[in-house]
Amino acid sequence: MRIRTTAAVAAVSSLALLTGCGAADMTKQASPFANAQGSKTVTLSVQSWVGAQSNVAVAQYILEHELGYRVDTVQVDEVPAWDALSQGRVDALLEDWGHPEQEQRYVKDKKTIAPGGELGVTGHIGWFVPTYFAKKHPDVTDWKNLNKYADQFRTPESGSKGQLMDGSPSYVTNDKALVKNLKLDYQVVFAGSEAAQITQMRQFAKEKKPFLTYWYSPQWLFKKVPMTEVKLPAYKEGCDADPEKVACAYPHTPLQKYLNADFAKKGGKAAAFLKKFKWTTEDQNEVSLMIADQKMTPEDAAKKWVDSHKSTWKKWLS
Amino acid sequence: MATITANPPRVGLPALLKHRAVHKLLLLALAAAILVPLANARWASGTWPSALTVDFSEPLAKASDWIIDNRDSHPLFLYFFGHVSNVVVIAVRAVYLTLLAVGWAGVTALGALVAWRVAGVKLALGTGAAFLACGLLGMWVPTMQTLALMVVAVLASVAVGALLGLAAGLSDRMDRMLRPVLDTMQVLPAFAYLLPVVLVFGIGVPAAVLATVIYAAPPMARLTSLGLRGADKGVLEAVESLGSTARQRLLTARIPLARKELLLGLNQTIMMALSMAVIAAVIGAGGLGDRVYQALASVDVGAALAAGIPIVLLAVVLDRVTGAAGEKLGAEPEPHSGRGWLYALAGVVVVAVAGRLAGRLDWPDSWVVGIAEPVNRAVDWMTAHLYSGVPVVGGTADWAGHFTTWVLDPMRDGMQALPWWSVLLIVAALAWVIGTWRTALTAVLAMAAIGVLGVWKPSLDTLSQVLAAVAVTLVVGFAVGIAAARSDRLERALRPVLDVFQTMPQFVYLIPVVALFGVGRAPAVAAAIVYALPAVVRITTQGLRQVDPAALESSSSLGATSWQQLRQVQLPLARPALLLAVNQGLVLVLAVVVIGGLVGGGALGYDVVFGLAQGDLATGLVAGAAIVCLGLMLDRVTQPTERRAKKGA
Repeated sequence: MRIRTTAAVAAVSSLALLTGCGAADMTKQASPFANAQGSKTVTLSVQSWVGAQSNVAVAQYILEHELGYRVDTVQVDEVPAWDALSQGRVDALLEDWGHPEQEQRYVKDKKTIAPGGELGVTGHIGWFVPTYFAKKHPDVTDWKNLNKYADQFRTPESGSKGQLMDGSPSYVTNDKALVKNLKLDYQVVFAGSEAAQITQMRQFAKEKKPFLTYWYSPQWLFKKVPMTEVKLPAYKEGCDADPEKVACAYPHTPLQKYLNADFAKKGGKAAAFLKKFKWTTEDQNEVSLMIADQKMTPEDAAKKWVDSHKSTWKKWLS
Repeated sequence: MATITANPPRVGLPALLKHRAVHKLLLLALAAAILVPLANARWASGTWPSALTVDFSEPLAKASDWIIDNRDSHPLFLYFFGHVSNVVVIAVRAVYLTLLAVGWAGVTALGALVAWRVAGVKLALGTGAAFLACGLLGMWVPTMQTLALMVVAVLASVAVGALLGLAAGLSDRMDRMLRPVLDTMQVLPAFAYLLPVVLVFGIGVPAAVLATVIYAAPPMARLTSLGLRGADKGVLEAVESLGSTARQRLLTARIPLARKELLLGLNQTIMMALSMAVIAAVIGAGGLGDRVYQALASVDVGAALAAGIPIVLLAVVLDRVTGAAGEKLGAEPEPHSGRGWLYALAGVVVVAVAGRLAGRLDWPDSWVVGIAEPVNRAVDWMTAHLYSGVPVVGGTADWAGHFTTWVLDPMRDGMQALPWWSVLLIVAALAWVIGTWRTALTAVLAMAAIGVLGVWKPSLDTLSQVLAAVAVTLVVGFAVGIAAARSDRLERALRPVLDVFQTMPQFVYLIPVVALFGVGRAPAVAAAIVYALPAVVRITTQGLRQVDPAALESSSSLGATSWQQLRQVQLPLARPALLLAVNQGLVLVLAVVVIGGLVGGGALGYDVVFGLAQGDLATGLVAGAAIVCLGLMLDRVTQPTERRAKKGA
């Protein structure tokens, strides 16, 4: 036993020696790939949906070409991104859909994350059917009539019920509770990732098949597969407080930016720029469509947008 | 139970075993006859009784809160984890900066010349070409990031593995203690421990390196221990008679004698570490994996492939080079080999300096070939034409639908409808007939643990998907394996295909799989089959080829047709290999279960991904633990013979 303790002590002390004695700060943990070759680096987190990619692509382009930074991007979902922000592994999160619990913990209590202002885009989650189907059956757009159409939305995966397709596990969703509380004859099938969900929707649309899906705006796919929202019982403040008892629609959320607190203070021009970064839903969709549909690289898409919208982004730099 | 005992055991088993199996089953039936009515009287329910579950969500949520709240202040983090994390960051950074400073020409030259010295001219050319291809695909910087991460992760894994292996090789007690630990580390799907690692270290490189070490160290440990134990007794005695100390014996005789195993361990560790490169991207490790993952988000198969190819190339090159080095060991060293290394080193320095002077450290942007677009067009064409409406055979969507309705649904519903105790009995019977009462006990306990964790139903859902995928994998794998064993040409042609299947990150083919089979369990099963097939084919081919030629000759001299030969000689003699193929198929399919959650597989895989995405330790860790239990159970049910054989060695 003594040998093992000695070994452990030796290991810990050699670790301490290697990294400089004393305490290691878990709130200052930059990426090893940052600031390589003497350039200043900003690390941005990207979420798995294309809108988030567009924010980052444009911010990255301006940081690199106008302000002379090197930009590293890391793909992380929102909740882990909050954690990474608090540790300084990433400097900014550009599109947050509302996480009150994390806000309380990191912004208010620990003060390791600073709010970065609004992104300018308002997000909304809802249930959608393709417009070609809604035109043929106008009454499908009210939730009260959904049960009538359940068998048309059936797939092998949903069995005898209609299929309500949900997306990535990182998304905010009350759909299971909604189906239960509104007594709908539907089975929630989780596509598991946005990529899988989009692929499936495009396959359905190609064949003009009916489908019912959880989806959100702003989203570039609406341009390719026009969809109509199904009305759920109206949203009222606090009606979604108890996740088990939700029986109302999703709210409209002004999307927020967040910065690592240290970076917000000492990040110089980059931090000032990211705080001012604010654009519209149309702007974001324009870039998203270039990336996701025309398969341009995010860099090329950002360049195209930046070249044609000088007046918008010049304001962010002043 | 009566039906099972009445079934005649499989033909080909020795009579003794037959006898023993019947005994075991009778004993089990007796135990069941007493226990089942008791259990049924107390907890009469079809699925796992809720009285027997333990809810871990609250303590786990508390634990995760505690870590987050204390991460910045508690000494455990300040003086231990923080330093570990810093050392990893510093090490990866040092390697990365070195690679960047050497420049693309220098790195390519270094790779090629090292390959030349260890493995000859042919592999040197291949290595150089592989590096250039990474640059041509526009992936130079991500490749260097992945390489830096791999160097550190492999070194750490080798160090940890060698230490564990040394302990296990020198002490029987340590060996007994370590074996279940290593077993668990290997059947553990990587996703299951990403979340706790992330919680402690946060998103990014340190967590990725540690997760990789957990995954990649066991083969090194096993092979080190095997090498030390297998050292020639005669040599050891001779060394001992010279009056050397135990330490001298270890350093001068046992370790050098175990060189081959050590090198094989290194090879295996590298391959496993590389396969983690992409999974680690989910927790923000950056590099090639991150590119693949980001491409997935914009549904861009071409871009994902452009980042996936360098991973395949790195894997194939590293595999071949370390493999060739292993084969060369033991051969007489060439004369002037020291001088050769000197030339090689000088060459690298010259190229690196030249690159630096020419100001060409970064890969030139104009030398990038875009493959994304043509690939995407090909994928679009394929999915547009195969998805549905193919005359006579029907489209892939129809197949997937039928597979779901006719195979997956009945299997899932049937298993979920079985009373919980009968599932335990079936597991016990299978494990006991093939193995010992210990393996049976482990399997039953693993299965019971799933119930206690409160995820009985989703676990059986996952199990039904795994069994369906394994069944298809085995049918296809055995067929292809048999064909490859009988034709050298086919085997040669298959080799690169299998290499690609085995090393291509699963994220790359998720989108085509969904585009062909729709969202749901069917594409998850398809992805698992793609991943597990190569191992099954390889093991089958090798097993059949190793069948004693004398046995084949004697049977053909007796006038057996080729088909008879296969059925009556080759297959029975290759039985251990085939069993191993079954086992590997199961373990590999289970490893992809989580990925299946990304395309609609649902069940445990989805829960693990959900836990990771939402930072929900309770959901993620419980589902991960259930996958581990499933893995242990399946492993014990299928492969005890292998392990017993090893014990004797």
